[in-house]
Amino acid sequence: MAVRGRRDRGEAVPLLAAALRSLGVLRESPVAMAGAAILFFWLAMAVLAPLLPLADPNLPLEPLRPPLSVSADGTATFWLGTDIKGRDVLSRLIWGARRVLVWAGLATLAAYLVGIAMGLVAGYRGGWWDEILSFVANLLLSFPVMVLYIVVITRIGASPLNIVLAVTFASAPAIMRIVRGLVLDLRTRDYVLAARARGEGALWIMLVELLPNARGPLLVDACLRMGYTTIALATLGFLGLGLPPPDPDWGAMIAETQPMGAFAGHAMVFPALAVSSLVLGFNLLADGLREISLRD
Amino acid sequence: MLKLALRRFGAMVLIMAVVSFLLFLIFESDKLAVAGKVLGPYSSLEQRELWLEKEGYNRPFLVRYGEWVADALRGDFGQSIRFKAPVSDLLWPRLANTAILAGLVFALMIPLSLTLGVLAGMREGSLLDRLLSFLSIGTTSIPEFASAAFLVALFVFELRWLPGTSSMTGGFDWRQLVLPVAVLVLYDFGYVARMTRASMAEVMTSPYIRTAVLKGLPRHRVILGHALRNALIAPFTVIVLQLNWLLSGVIVVEVFFAYKGFGALLYEAAMFGDIYLIEACTMVAVFVAVFSQFLSDVGYTLLNPRIRFAREGG
Amino acid sequence: MGASAKRPILACEGLGVSYFTRAGEVPAVVGFDLAIARGEAVGLVGESGCGKSTVALAVMRYLGRAGRIVAGSIRFDGRELTTMSERELRRIRGSRISMVYQEPMASLNPSMTVGRQLVEVPRYHAGAGRAEARERALDILARVGLPDTRRIFSAYPHELSGGQQQRVVIAMALLADPALLLLDEPTTALDVTVEAGIVDLIRGVAERFGTAILYISHNLGLIRETCDRVAVMYAGQVVEEGPVTNVFAGMRHPYARGLFAAIPLPDSDRRARPLRPIPGQLPLPHERPGGCFFGPRCTHYRQGTCDREQRMRPLDADPGHRVRCARQAEIAWERESRGPEPRTAEGPGPVVLEVHRLRKEYELDGGLFAALTGRDGTRRIAANEGLDLVAREGETLAIVGESGCGKSTFAKVLVGLEPATAGRITFEGREIAGAPVETRPPEIVAHLQMIFQNPSETLNPSHAVGFQIARVVRKFGAARNRAQVRRRVYELLDLVKLPRAFFRRRPRQLSGGQKQRIGIARAFAGDPRLVVADEPVSALDVSVQAAITGLLTDIQRRRRTTLLFISHDLSLVHYLADRVAVMYLGRIVEQGPTGAVFAPPYHPYTEALLSAVPLADPGLVKRRILLEGELPSALDPPAGCPFHTRCPRRIGSVCEEREPPLRRFDGDHRILCHLPAEELARGRPVIRRRHPREPSHIPLR
Repeated sequence: MAVRGRRDRGEAVPLLAAALRSLGVLRESPVAMAGAAILFFWLAMAVLAPLLPLADPNLPLEPLRPPLSVSADGTATFWLGTDIKGRDVLSRLIWGARRVLVWAGLATLAAYLVGIAMGLVAGYRGGWWDEILSFVANLLLSFPVMVLYIVVITRIGASPLNIVLAVTFASAPAIMRIVRGLVLDLRTRDYVLAARARGEGALWIMLVELLPNARGPLLVDACLRMGYTTIALATLGFLGLGLPPPDPDWGAMIAETQPMGAFAGHAMVFPALAVSSLVLGFNLLADGLREISLRD
Repeated sequence: MLKLALRRFGAMVLIMAVVSFLLFLIFESDKLAVAGKVLGPYSSLEQRELWLEKEGYNRPFLVRYGEWVADALRGDFGQSIRFKAPVSDLLWPRLANTAILAGLVFALMIPLSLTLGVLAGMREGSLLDRLLSFLSIGTTSIPEFASAAFLVALFVFELRWLPGTSSMTGGFDWRQLVLPVAVLVLYDFGYVARMTRASMAEVMTSPYIRTAVLKGLPRHRVILGHALRNALIAPFTVIVLQLNWLLSGVIVVEVFFAYKGFGALLYEAAMFGDIYLIEACTMVAVFVAVFSQFLSDVGYTLLNPRIRFAREGG
Repeated sequence: MGASAKRPILACEGLGVSYFTRAGEVPAVVGFDLAIARGEAVGLVGESGCGKSTVALAVMRYLGRAGRIVAGSIRFDGRELTTMSERELRRIRGSRISMVYQEPMASLNPSMTVGRQLVEVPRYHAGAGRAEARERALDILARVGLPDTRRIFSAYPHELSGGQQQRVVIAMALLADPALLLLDEPTTALDVTVEAGIVDLIRGVAERFGTAILYISHNLGLIRETCDRVAVMYAGQVVEEGPVTNVFAGMRHPYARGLFAAIPLPDSDRRARPLRPIPGQLPLPHERPGGCFFGPRCTHYRQGTCDREQRMRPLDADPGHRVRCARQAEIAWERESRGPEPRTAEGPGPVVLEVHRLRKEYELDGGLFAALTGRDGTRRIAANEGLDLVAREGETLAIVGESGCGKSTFAKVLVGLEPATAGRITFEGREIAGAPVETRPPEIVAHLQMIFQNPSETLNPSHAVGFQIARVVRKFGAARNRAQVRRRVYELLDLVKLPRAFFRRRPRQLSGGQKQRIGIARAFAGDPRLVVADEPVSALDVSVQAAITGLLTDIQRRRRTTLLFISHDLSLVHYLADRVAVMYLGRIVEQGPTGAVFAPPYHPYTEALLSAVPLADPGLVKRRILLEGELPSALDPPAGCPFHTRCPRRIGSVCEEREPPLRRFDGDHRILCHLPAEELARGRPVIRRRHPREPSHIPLR
């Protein structure tokens, strides 16, 4: 593979610069803008969490205070109330956002790296590579998602790294299928034939000729998948299989409060709203991106 | 056609075999841990080794695997550690309960999503279409446990119309089914409706619909006679595959509402470390999922004349 | 016989149709006038973007959400179509006005049998019962020339060939005996010999059914062969209109003449009559000038006359013939004709490529199940069978054939994208038949390159043009450091006559012709000795084809590159090629110098191919030869001579049983046929000039 000069990469600029430029494109779709706005909000919350005047999310204060109530000594307002252990709900929501975004992000990224690699090889190389990789993917996909998570996490335990691993197992096959499908279609294009006809190697063709043209669908899928992963992480938290306590986990927050019934309604509803809004942001962005890519 | 069905069936069997092998490998290769689970954490090493010898765990791995598979095919999944009863006694009734849930969910979800999807797809860009998109994006953004939280907060805490748990301890109570079914339908219908809409919209812009319209056919004939038979192929396969998703969703729902179903059983088994129960439940779940995939593939082939009647010469 | 009999069946007056997009209003059709009399066949011809398809959709009132009729009227048999309600339209569509479309496969419902789709017409329009509808459907299927009507009636569309599908669509359109039939590029998606059959059918429609026709096409030859009158469109307007014989004998509008000068004719050659492309590009709707739309590209443009809005003017000598040009009477066409540029024909040089008994087979897998049961499910397709070819330096060798003949496969094997199954390919003295391109030495790869067919796919949409060419330059080691590479890229851009600023452009900012030029630049980056051009201009507009063809021949001549030109367009082949090889079902059935192949002796298939070429020049006449039957499946090729199932000159069982021998004629002219050489030599030419001693009527600029 010949070494490319920096200038000769032409328009193949680093991912970040291209991403920033394409943010401007979002203006074309109000749906995408709405999604991006929601995501920006949560991202900001997650990043700014240490700087905001929040109570310690793990510190028990006064149990089951309703929203907008004031603490007994009058110093603090419980904007969203407190949970059964007396911890401030608002603070736990925002710190929980941090956790969810970091781990969902990492897990999705890992799944993408694996899925893209598998998909490229299976789609372009074909033959035995394809048979084996597709079989493995079908195998993993034949597990209902939660069942897979449960089996994996019960076996290897619920540490952050293991959760990333579990998400990769669950998501990479689906990503692989998408990439493989795209590659099977794209590899018949004349520009790929032209690349082969000048003796380009498989690695160049997969990474430079094929992958950039799979951008559109993959970007849409990435947003959706962040949503799915967020749901998966929160659901695992609800089931008690997520990241270990006491650090805030939106799903766990709901699970803890559920037995308390009506008194803890707020402690149940607000985390539910939080997770729904975050996923909504991803879904809206995905939908808007799909709209934009169809219009091109 | 038959060849295809047989090939798919073969693939299904192969996957089941590999899954069973992997499961067995994951859970029963560490013999001492198994013994520890069965006999409890306070059992001594000698007790565990004695038990292992008695239960035949010192035989070769493949022999144990073979025996396990043979037993499973006869319906004998072993003894549940937690419940101290044969696994099959626990499994089938729970599966039946989940089947009731699933049946209700499908009965509600299919007509709803197909109708809305077709109507929205027919009138792409209309108000109905936008509303449906809006609604589906919204409902698919709310995870099951979250929508359960909302519904419970509203219908149980505020309005007090429905019970908050569905354990049916006092005999069958239809009201205890409402919320679990509602949660599942809520999440699932959005996805199927959007798929249907997309399929319908694509069909409506196809050249053969143009031909039908320009033949002077009345609109109802164009939709019912020409469009639907092509538009509903994809949603059909999606619906069959929802069985796979459903098995995933029921776990959360059954745990949330304490419904004595299959998902809750798997969950409890996992939390307790009840190996034999986990293995059995997982095998059943995977079987249902794989079988639904098989049905979906075969169904798609049957419905799509291009594949069904593929000329050998092309 | 009153006024109604003389009333035109269709009358468009001042029709204006616009599409309303996010970018604003796009006027696709402007001030369009056309009248079609009962039983008359009118052709509407123009390049892509001229608005001709929009006219048809406007008549059918099926413009989609974005399109609207913004001006003028369309009268069908006196009734105004633009204001009709949906209910009234439904009664007219399919029964009084019918339409035939470009893609027959896509136009038929894949989930319904042909019969069910057909019977809907009489049942809904004539209230016929099931039995009667079925009878009428079977009857119409026979009348459009389909054999075995019962089988076709119960078949699904994908079980039929392209030609059969289009006949079904035509049958469906004619079932209710319409007064007007709209045909939108009905044969563009079909092979040439199949096209000939459909064209023949359409030509008879008016006589046999009494239906008026609006035939929309980009192919001047087709229009001339099928229609009574023609209207030429440019940028949304009709620019010339009149009876076919008059218009084609003497076009008056500069665009129409330019179009004619850009198309190759079956007896033209690049030295005697070089193709003249029309300079410039079609203006985008919002860029149209205030006066004559063609003005910016017209060499006869006069300030003061041509910058005002142009009307259609009848010719003095021939009032039925009208032209939208203020200067049409003034322009002295005869004085405009320049003599042909003298080109010294250099002889071809030493042999560069030798192909010997090349065979390329594809295997279709029987699949896992077949493997499990031990049954040999593998089926083989012989895409190339026993190919023998020689190409010399500086020569243009054309390979001609229809879809499925194996010409594209041959190209891929040559370039190394597919390994050959058997046989030898010797290039520059090296044996490359079994060597996939990855194993070939870089010099060979650089010297044997390819130009692809589809301009929209030939460039990677995600990278800048300069990057893509630079990559090729680097790969072929033509330059080392950045500065050298960039210089080389600029040289290549100059070679293909594109501005250097295109370095930074993305493919989506380029037109089809420009993209194809980049494709050419890319192929020539390594200074190739042999370039395989696989249908390089088929996907381009006529005027652009001329420019790209000219560019290619120019470069080839200067660099003495050997060109292997693959095409289905016989006229273009005659224009470009020194030698021609005709392929059918994987074999070369005839090859030789161009002049020899296009004249008798002919292989029966070559004869039919030539007869299928639509002729735009009224000075040419041709013999009509129609092939019966369909192209056989490559999976199940006929025994003996592959052509025998369709051959009009079959001589009996020997053609069905034994492979034909090679007949040799002068000048290395070879034909694969059982007919004896004397019989073949006795054949008459398929295409000839009406009056050989008169100068051709071909307008020169």
